[in-house]
Amino acid sequence: MSNKPVGMEVSVALSETIMHCDVDVIAAYPITPQTHIVEHLADLFADGEMDAEYIPVESEHSALSACMGSAAAGARTFTATAAQGLEYMHETLFIASAMRMPIVMAIANRALSAPISVWGDHSDVMAARDTGWISIFAENGQETVDLAIMSFRIAEDHKVLLPVFLNLDGFHLSHMIEPVLIPSREEVKAFLPEHIYPAPLHPSKPVAMGECAGPNIYTEAKKQQWEVLEKSIDIIRQVFADFGKQFGREYHLVEEYKVEGAKTLLLTMGSYSETAMTCVDKMRAQGKKVGLIRLRCFRPFPFDDLRKVVKNADTLIVLDRSLVMGGPGGPVMSEVRSALFGRKGMPKVSGIVGGLGGRDITVEDFEKIYDLGEKLANDQSREFAMYGVKE
Amino acid sequence: MVKSDKDMTWHELNLGCMITDVGNTMQYKTGDWRSQRPIYNFERCIKCGVCYIFCPEGCISRNDAGHFVADLFFCKGCAICERECPTKVITMITEEDK
Repeated sequence: MSNKPVGMEVSVALSETIMHCDVDVIAAYPITPQTHIVEHLADLFADGEMDAEYIPVESEHSALSACMGSAAAGARTFTATAAQGLEYMHETLFIASAMRMPIVMAIANRALSAPISVWGDHSDVMAARDTGWISIFAENGQETVDLAIMSFRIAEDHKVLLPVFLNLDGFHLSHMIEPVLIPSREEVKAFLPEHIYPAPLHPSKPVAMGECAGPNIYTEAKKQQWEVLEKSIDIIRQVFADFGKQFGREYHLVEEYKVEGAKTLLLTMGSYSETAMTCVDKMRAQGKKVGLIRLRCFRPFPFDDLRKVVKNADTLIVLDRSLVMGGPGGPVMSEVRSALFGRKGMPKVSGIVGGLGGRDITVEDFEKIYDLGEKLANDQSREFAMYGVKE
Repeated sequence: MVKSDKDMTWHELNLGCMITDVGNTMQYKTGDWRSQRPIYNFERCIKCGVCYIFCPEGCISRNDAGHFVADLFFCKGCAICERECPTKVITMITEEDK
């Protein structure tokens, strides 16, 4: 490849990268705002540039089912979806993870209906957060491309063999034209070894997958699955480190921005993080002791990494872009609060829900969020606050 | 013979609970929840094999005399063979009465 970034829509850059990952099978159904990803992959396939099978299925439920068949046969498998499409494949999500199918799925994160919204937030993946998939968030086009390559290596590692959600914000990332460096096929090949599934479906060595388990063994099956997902955090950390060595771009489970000396930290995930960084720069210039952390990996949840990063702050404000109905506010805040609860020296946690259904959060908004979060930290009268609601 | 799942720990389970000794259903006793079992009056048997065809468990086979008999290790006692037998060879009796 050339070492010059090219201006490209992030969906297109992701598709080109998927091609460079030498994917064997893609089964997908188009849904806004994921459409450009699967459209461009279909183009690459139709033009003969990609040596793969492309299965245009009739629904998302079928898309993931076809992907499971492909992964069971030992093929490198990719799909993409968003919002209602992800929820339509919901029951199969659990099966893919429990059957240890190393599928990579890009989610162009979008709000859930009703009311119908095609615009971005994290409601879709948060409704699927406990399905046993690894869940990683990109903040810009370059990260989307890089994390796509890493997702295959993580998923296919023999100590992992689990499916991966690669989250990129709908429209704010999927439809943005950004300068992106796309690693060449050769560079990807040097990083991503050939995928060899340990016991693929093959007539010469028959195996049975997805069979019944009675009360004697179901608990053990779930325990094993939990252990594998939890331990995958070490492999993810290693893959991030190896990627940094080869490509020079660093990734961490919990990303830090101006955390040093910060008394108030904000936690974000996804593309809004870059706006938050600009806000931190502005507030730091005014002498305010604020910093930012971004959760790169939501599942498995990096409890220890998080605690290490936040332990010197007084307040930790968590911005959620989805709302748990009838619950304590946002799902990320809920997780963060339980990670810190009952431990000495940890910051107070404020939960703020905002940026729903594609609503922008500007630099000025983030300043207000820092203020609101600090007030909320000492307010016992409510669990969380929704930012920017017209009262 | 693989280890029974009654004794297996979570460490011992295959990847994704995959079964590698395919065909191990043969070790799975489905006859232990049966509440009734077939008994036979072979004097009426015309060896037509209708019971063999209809058995949903596939547990009926032909013996040396040419009669069709259920394997009670697998037979769930559904009584379909009794209903389908054209010459009324088969009678179901409850397990308590056997």
